[in-house]
Amino acid sequence: MTQSGSPGFGPDLVEVFGPSQQDGGPELIQLLTPEGERVEHPEFSFGAGLSADEEAEMVRGFYRDMVLTRRIDTEATALQRHGELGIWAQLLGQEAAQIGAGRALRPQDYVFPTYREHGVAYCRGVDPLNLLGLFRGVDHGAWDPNENNFGLYTIVIGAQTLHATGYAMGMQRDGVVGTGDPERDAAVIAHFGDGASSQGDVNEAFIFAASYNAPVVFFCQNNQWAISEPIERQTRIPLYQRALGFGFPGVRVDGNDVLATYAVTQAALQRARDGQGPTFVEAYTYRMGAHTTTDDPTRYRLSDDVEHWKLKDPIARVEVYLKRNGLADDAFFEGVKAEADDLGHHLREGCKALPDPQPLSMFDHVYAEETEELRAEREGYAAYLESFEGSTTAGGHS
Amino acid sequence: MSNQKITLAKGLNMGLRKAMEDDPKVLIMGEDVGKLGGVFRITDGLQKDFGEDRVIDSPLAESGIVGTAVGMALRGYRPVVEIQFDGFVYPAYDQIVCQVAKMHYRSKGRNKMPMVIRIPFGGGIGAVEHHSESPEAQFAHTPGLKVVACSNPVDGYWMIQQAIASDDPVIFLEPKRQYHADKAELDESATPEPLFTSRVVRQGTDVTVLAYGPTVKTAMKAAEAAAGEGKSLEVIDLRTLSPLDMGPVLESVRRTGRAVVTHEAHVNLGMGSELSARITEECFYSLEAPVLRVGGFDTPYPASRIEEDFLPDLDRVLDAVDRSLSF
Repeated sequence: MTQSGSPGFGPDLVEVFGPSQQDGGPELIQLLTPEGERVEHPEFSFGAGLSADEEAEMVRGFYRDMVLTRRIDTEATALQRHGELGIWAQLLGQEAAQIGAGRALRPQDYVFPTYREHGVAYCRGVDPLNLLGLFRGVDHGAWDPNENNFGLYTIVIGAQTLHATGYAMGMQRDGVVGTGDPERDAAVIAHFGDGASSQGDVNEAFIFAASYNAPVVFFCQNNQWAISEPIERQTRIPLYQRALGFGFPGVRVDGNDVLATYAVTQAALQRARDGQGPTFVEAYTYRMGAHTTTDDPTRYRLSDDVEHWKLKDPIARVEVYLKRNGLADDAFFEGVKAEADDLGHHLREGCKALPDPQPLSMFDHVYAEETEELRAEREGYAAYLESFEGSTTAGGHS
Repeated sequence: MSNQKITLAKGLNMGLRKAMEDDPKVLIMGEDVGKLGGVFRITDGLQKDFGEDRVIDSPLAESGIVGTAVGMALRGYRPVVEIQFDGFVYPAYDQIVCQVAKMHYRSKGRNKMPMVIRIPFGGGIGAVEHHSESPEAQFAHTPGLKVVACSNPVDGYWMIQQAIASDDPVIFLEPKRQYHADKAELDESATPEPLFTSRVVRQGTDVTVLAYGPTVKTAMKAAEAAAGEGKSLEVIDLRTLSPLDMGPVLESVRRTGRAVVTHEAHVNLGMGSELSARITEECFYSLEAPVLRVGGFDTPYPASRIEEDFLPDLDRVLDAVDRSLSF
């Protein structure tokens, strides 16, 4: 981080960005400490305009959302270990970042996810079972993106940030930005990670969004690791600081603090809806699990680091806060646990029941207007399959 | 409306204008497409008449252009993006091949991708490197994309409108050296042929010559010269490269028994290779000679002072015709 300035080349990094920023640095926006204490922030607050009851209701809701999201993740991980999924991208530790961002959305907003946004998908009303198909290998995404304004998962790192920007440009042309009507004004949120911040597409998305003042929030979950590569391999400055160079504001929020993430994301989305353009939100968090179920983090990181981040668990701090302040009783926690168990059952049974697609369905939907060539290829393969005695292969036309 | 004589550049410009008039969802985006009207002036005057929201000067980033166009298409627009030169399409390759081409498929048809990616292609204009490429095979090889190439002003006018109306993504190749070369009479009241069809542009009996884009003119000149020597060449303008419209090709080759394919792209694994394979599979017993390919050599595009040696010309097409006939 320390790099001394050379005469004539301006200030050095330490002068501009300050000393090395352990634990997110002084600019980390936090409203609920890891110990479950509410703290004030000069610019961002949670619960303004809400009654005490309404506020407690929201916090209980976040708790429930995070517990259910963690259950989706642990069930899916277990399903992979049982051979029911080919792979799973775990979100353990990132529940607050995803629920805070997901709950800040309005129905008319649109989400462009990576492949790890299971908590955001849950917030958008996507049946978690539909997330499993991609990882089981029975489809490339089973949900209807138009139904929940939640796009398909994107595997090529960062590509979706451009789609988000273009979608936001479309919103501008549709006159749904800056009208002052809260039911009408809309924004886009683009999810990506610290690794993606190195991609050309992400940087181009920043440039396009800034140039056209597009209503998009760039929501980066900095979970410190891109598979085996630490954040230091991606950037020499705090990621959120990059935004200013592109011409829009950037903030760093405690991504393990659901209240702060919610407050910051909501404010950023509102800026976008109001026509004030893009914002970069860096949710500072930690990938507690492996990159995916095929990864082995013991090869490249210290268990000490993981232990350190365990103390900042996003769910535990909300639980402590609710209990200490008498905002939730045992029945509430029991109820959430029972709900999580039901969800786990739904995922286990549902996943095992997901059928393999018919082979001939691979020919479906290649084009909106199918070509004769493809039709002939499908028919040729169907005839080939049927040439085997006792073949029961049905046509896969959907 | 009285018919007018137009160039290919004018035909494309008029076609784009008509498409924008017909459908308010049609947007144009690219580098310098606004006030300048594009480096080839194809979008001349469109920003003035349709505004900066519909004719969008983009930052200088091809992946950004195509990637944001994906988002616009998801929002219900029909973006027409201009890649300034063929050699500059590669920064957008991932977006085109992984995102544009697959969106309809992976979404089970829930997300359409009605996008046109216009690419001026081919050489012969004395340009510096990366300005004379023929990348069509790279896109024709990709399921989910459709690829067409226009060869003349009237087709330019109709085909661009048809491509924009298509619900599938279309790579639209424009032979840049033809932009301002020849004029043809346009009848705007005519009914065009469907987009994904090939067309016999000169009838003949001895050898079928298959061409598209810039080599259609080369093939026509070759046919003219061959006629003087008593050889009758049938010339087919393929127009569509993916899907291929094999009907007219196979019908012709079954009559002539001989086929020569010519394109500016490298011969190795080019469109000629696919055409040769399909003709051989479908017309094996009608063939009197192997299908021959005349194209750019398998070198990088050379320095422009020797590009005429790289590009297939009348003599090299006739040489292939002679080899076919003497087989």
